[in-house]
Amino acid sequence: MQQWLDDVSTKLNKSATGDTVDTFTGKVHETREDCLLQVQGVSVSFADAKERVHVLDDVTLSVDRGQFVTIIGPSGSGKSTLFHLIGGLLRPTSGDIVINGTSVVGQTGHVSYMPQQPALFPWRTIEDNVILAQELAGHSKKMLRQEARQWLANVGLAGYERAYPHMLSGGMQQRAAFLRALLSPHELMLLDEPFSALDALTRSEMQQWLLEQWERHRRSVLFVTHSIEEALLLSDTIYVLSNRPAHVLERVQVPFARPRQQALTLDPAFAALKQQIAGMLRQQ
Amino acid sequence: MSRRRWSQAGPPIVAVLLLLIVWQLAVLMFEVEKWMLPSPIDIVTEAIHSAPSLLKHTWATLELTLIGFGCGAAVGLVVAMLLHPIPLVKRAIYPLIILSQNVPTIALLPLLMIWFGFGLMPKIVVITLVCFFPITIALMDGLMQTDRTMLHYMRMAGATRAQLFWKLELPHAMPALFSGLKIAATYSVMSAIVAEWLGTDKGIGYYMVLQKAAFRTDRMFVAIAIVVLMSITMFSIVQAIERRVVHWQAARSHQRNK
Repeated sequence: MQQWLDDVSTKLNKSATGDTVDTFTGKVHETREDCLLQVQGVSVSFADAKERVHVLDDVTLSVDRGQFVTIIGPSGSGKSTLFHLIGGLLRPTSGDIVINGTSVVGQTGHVSYMPQQPALFPWRTIEDNVILAQELAGHSKKMLRQEARQWLANVGLAGYERAYPHMLSGGMQQRAAFLRALLSPHELMLLDEPFSALDALTRSEMQQWLLEQWERHRRSVLFVTHSIEEALLLSDTIYVLSNRPAHVLERVQVPFARPRQQALTLDPAFAALKQQIAGMLRQQ
Repeated sequence: MSRRRWSQAGPPIVAVLLLLIVWQLAVLMFEVEKWMLPSPIDIVTEAIHSAPSLLKHTWATLELTLIGFGCGAAVGLVVAMLLHPIPLVKRAIYPLIILSQNVPTIALLPLLMIWFGFGLMPKIVVITLVCFFPITIALMDGLMQTDRTMLHYMRMAGATRAQLFWKLELPHAMPALFSGLKIAATYSVMSAIVAEWLGTDKGIGYYMVLQKAAFRTDRMFVAIAIVVLMSITMFSIVQAIERRVVHWQAARSHQRNK
């Protein structure tokens, strides 16, 4: 047992250094074929009325095609800022953001986003909410609706096509918000603490649901969470961020095989990894 | 449904009825002269008696109110939609919009009559000036208060400025817009009456001036009752439209009350 643990931790250290070094040193954009998103040495500071607030400090990370990558860190460590950078709402003070091999600094419309609150539009029916991103891209509403109806059935929202968001429970609203992100024409999905507003029971249900959905569709996902357990259960790779100004403390490769089940959380290896990440966060 | 409506409308109706009864009894008991304060029954009798001429005047005022409100709403909407996307212009124009409300209508009307003559035009201008204000302010505030998360979502998804406005900002501002429209609807009747005080030969406002000169207090009260009813009707019409347009809001607050 002990030996297995050591094995895991050496694997951890290796992956922590192995992959990031080349991006730290490299001024060259090394664009691997399967690499979808690269955040390269991004720093951000805001000029407040009184002082300059340093939010992100030389953050480097990457998401491969079909990979589920999670960012975990203390609250207020600038995770949402990172999403706004990738989404093009903000510009980094320095560094580069590359999607599909081209720099997208300050450009919107390259990612699909699922915010913390479902943020479904209350004046639109569920099916019209779900097709929003495609509608913005200029597709015809009629065709989109038909497609959306099939998808809604797939995610357990059959019969709610014409309902309005306020008629749905919190968990169902999040499913609709997830589907809205999934149906978006952009390959990279940014999920910003999507389950943080749900109660514990619904949350664990939704984790299982997301796990199934993701393993079926294998979209490229960048996920933000506070929950170490959630991160370990869902992701292939975890980036642990430090306190403000945030930098990457560790890059953790999650070794568990897929498809995964909720029961994985009871595995001793799972608990050990959880302990280790909790330790990193506590040192902050 | 009808029971709920009754439990909502019941108390105010009873209160008004009680007030009328007290009024009637007080006039009878203290033997108040009719030209000082007519009793409710006197007023109703007078209303029935002069119904044909009242109908003509009411119709004229209603026509003026509707045209004025329509113009005011259109101007209010257009001003808000033009100013919203350009913050610099908005900041420049905002004080002027407030200033437009500080000029007393009574002072403005004679001026407008000098410029536009005695016809419908100066009156419509006055009502428009009164009505556009609450609509513009409400809509601009509503547009400013767009939900941040939804805004971020739309922008990250690559929405253009026009898509942002039509698909998010405007629908999101609908409840605020209707607050402004409801205020403007009641104002429109008041300002139509004021406009009719000067330079016209029909309408409830004109009728009021006429009866005041003749000391016909009972007819004054009839006119007041008609004005009140018109205001309530205008308000109710806007409210009914609001329920249809902003259906999600009504459903939400209904849920909250349950």
